[in-house]
Amino acid sequence: MSGHDKVPVDETLEGAVVFNVPFPSDLKGLDQMAPIIIKHPYYVDYIHSYGQDSPFFAGLANKRLMGTKCTACGHAFATPRKACMECGAECAWVELPQQARVHAFTVCHFGSEEFLPDCPFVLAQVEFEGFDTLFLTRIQGLDPTAPSLDWIGMKVGARFRRLSRLKPTDVWFEPL
Amino acid sequence: MRPVYVLSGGVSKFAKARPDKTFQAIVKEAFDASIADLGLEPRQAIELLDGSVASYFSDHFQRQLMSGIMAQDYLGLVPKPSHRVEGGGATGGLCFQEGWKSVASGDMDVCIAYGFETMSHVQTWKGNEFIALASDVSFDYPVGGFYSGYYAMMVTRHMKEFGTTVEQMATVSVKNHRNALYNPYAQKRMALTVEDVRKSPMVAWPLTRLDICTMSDGAAAVWLASEEGLARVEKATGKRLPRVKVAGIGRGTDAMRMADRPHVDYETFYRKYALPIEDTDEGRAYYRDLWNKGFRYPGVHSFRAGRTASAQACKRAGIADPMAELDFVELHDAYTSSEIQTYEDMGLCRYGEGGPLAIDGRTFLPGIDYGLTLSKPSTTPVNPSGGLIACGHPVGATGLMQAVFALWQLQHTIPQHFGDTRLQVPNARRGAIHSHAGTGTYVSVSILEREDGGAA
Repeated sequence: MSGHDKVPVDETLEGAVVFNVPFPSDLKGLDQMAPIIIKHPYYVDYIHSYGQDSPFFAGLANKRLMGTKCTACGHAFATPRKACMECGAECAWVELPQQARVHAFTVCHFGSEEFLPDCPFVLAQVEFEGFDTLFLTRIQGLDPTAPSLDWIGMKVGARFRRLSRLKPTDVWFEPL
Repeated sequence: MRPVYVLSGGVSKFAKARPDKTFQAIVKEAFDASIADLGLEPRQAIELLDGSVASYFSDHFQRQLMSGIMAQDYLGLVPKPSHRVEGGGATGGLCFQEGWKSVASGDMDVCIAYGFETMSHVQTWKGNEFIALASDVSFDYPVGGFYSGYYAMMVTRHMKEFGTTVEQMATVSVKNHRNALYNPYAQKRMALTVEDVRKSPMVAWPLTRLDICTMSDGAAAVWLASEEGLARVEKATGKRLPRVKVAGIGRGTDAMRMADRPHVDYETFYRKYALPIEDTDEGRAYYRDLWNKGFRYPGVHSFRAGRTASAQACKRAGIADPMAELDFVELHDAYTSSEIQTYEDMGLCRYGEGGPLAIDGRTFLPGIDYGLTLSKPSTTPVNPSGGLIACGHPVGATGLMQAVFALWQLQHTIPQHFGDTRLQVPNARRGAIHSHAGTGTYVSVSILEREDGGAA
């Protein structure tokens, strides 16, 4: 972004391996000791089940967008919920249209460590005709250096990854 | 429910990183400060306390489960009763209310609510990842994975609905950072201009780095007591304490995924969400006009949880018009935009009027040069301490830090604690603290009130 200072990125956690530290002969010196800081790695593979939401992800793999609709009050959820938040009844699976409108958006110039390589990207809530709630997605094909409130209301269409990764990023939207 | 008094509070130094101490020792700093303020020795405090409530947000930041008990034993409070409270960004505010419940219910006469967070154990962008795990990991985290991005989406909608501007948001940053110049506990004490805020690095459009609070290490602790507990503490201290009472608490919630929130019609808004002060012919005409322009509630631009919490707390405290009846508010300004959104939720103004309120002067302190031209005099300073943006946001401590600063305002002891008179709200008798989680998922509001004379 022109006109803005650059955000400094954290230093990385590489360094020497130390197996010993100095120790004072006079124990009174211990209260003045600088803190010892060690590297403490942590890595986990979770076994994450999408549970009752699984059909949504199966839909993505088949280039279909699935939402739900309450069988009692008719409230239509663009991000699927199997239990209706409005009345508590069960919801049934329904297909969403593949065209939407931008409801709200931002351009992420920074993010969580996992997504830093993707920055900048346009993140948006999109709305669908006939559905009462929104859907979080990324928009491609817009210039992230020229954001405008006029993007709100813009018509966008769904695009799908050819080889599904079974993640909500299997779908994104582009201006129509 | 019994009346509950707030007796004392302590805050540790908030800093980007506190490698000098482990979290327990940082809690002890806040605990010892709250004891010293009462004029007691730690041994006396341990005898007086019936138990505690502990708060911290994330187990990930420390890679330590059950940190609460490690604080409890470090403070010397075992084997007294305790439990841990967690509710995202509202963790500290919920902890304060759990302390209130412990006393109001008769379970304890003297309770200490303490909270902490040590966020420096991971690097900033990993920290953002941990915080973003407080969004739906099936649908939200993999797409956005960034809270500043979530808040930025909400504010683009607010801007579109109401014409809120980036300069109005930047003015909130100027106000809070300037206030913090006189608060020695604050992490970022800066004299900024609107231009400085806009020129700082863009994080998630339109929010810049100076629109967003930072991560911190820190702790805070607050004493709550019944009338009997107060008498017991006064007997030990040998002095009379100012009567600062919890006048009312409120809480609200909303869906984790902001995408799921409703967009209700005008009639539903008036039936379920409008405040008593909005229920006038003029108020109805104002909102009718908003709905005619396409406004729906709460959507992603407003916090239904904040309104619910505030309405409940005000009702219990007997407040009909928060702007007229509160002398100050310490609210959860994790983002400048969310301070503006919260003005509206709390009824300091109507929905859509938050942007203009942010710049007209009413939420500023008298007697501080902000380098701005303000059109109205101060009425209800918001975040006189500097708020989260300037003080820092060690999540589990934040809501309790607000309680401590609010207590000092009502005791009229800000000059002693800050070493400066400028942040003391003149003749403060009643104030609100507001703690907020997620994208508005858990919100707590507590109203504190000075009961006795309280002349400054």
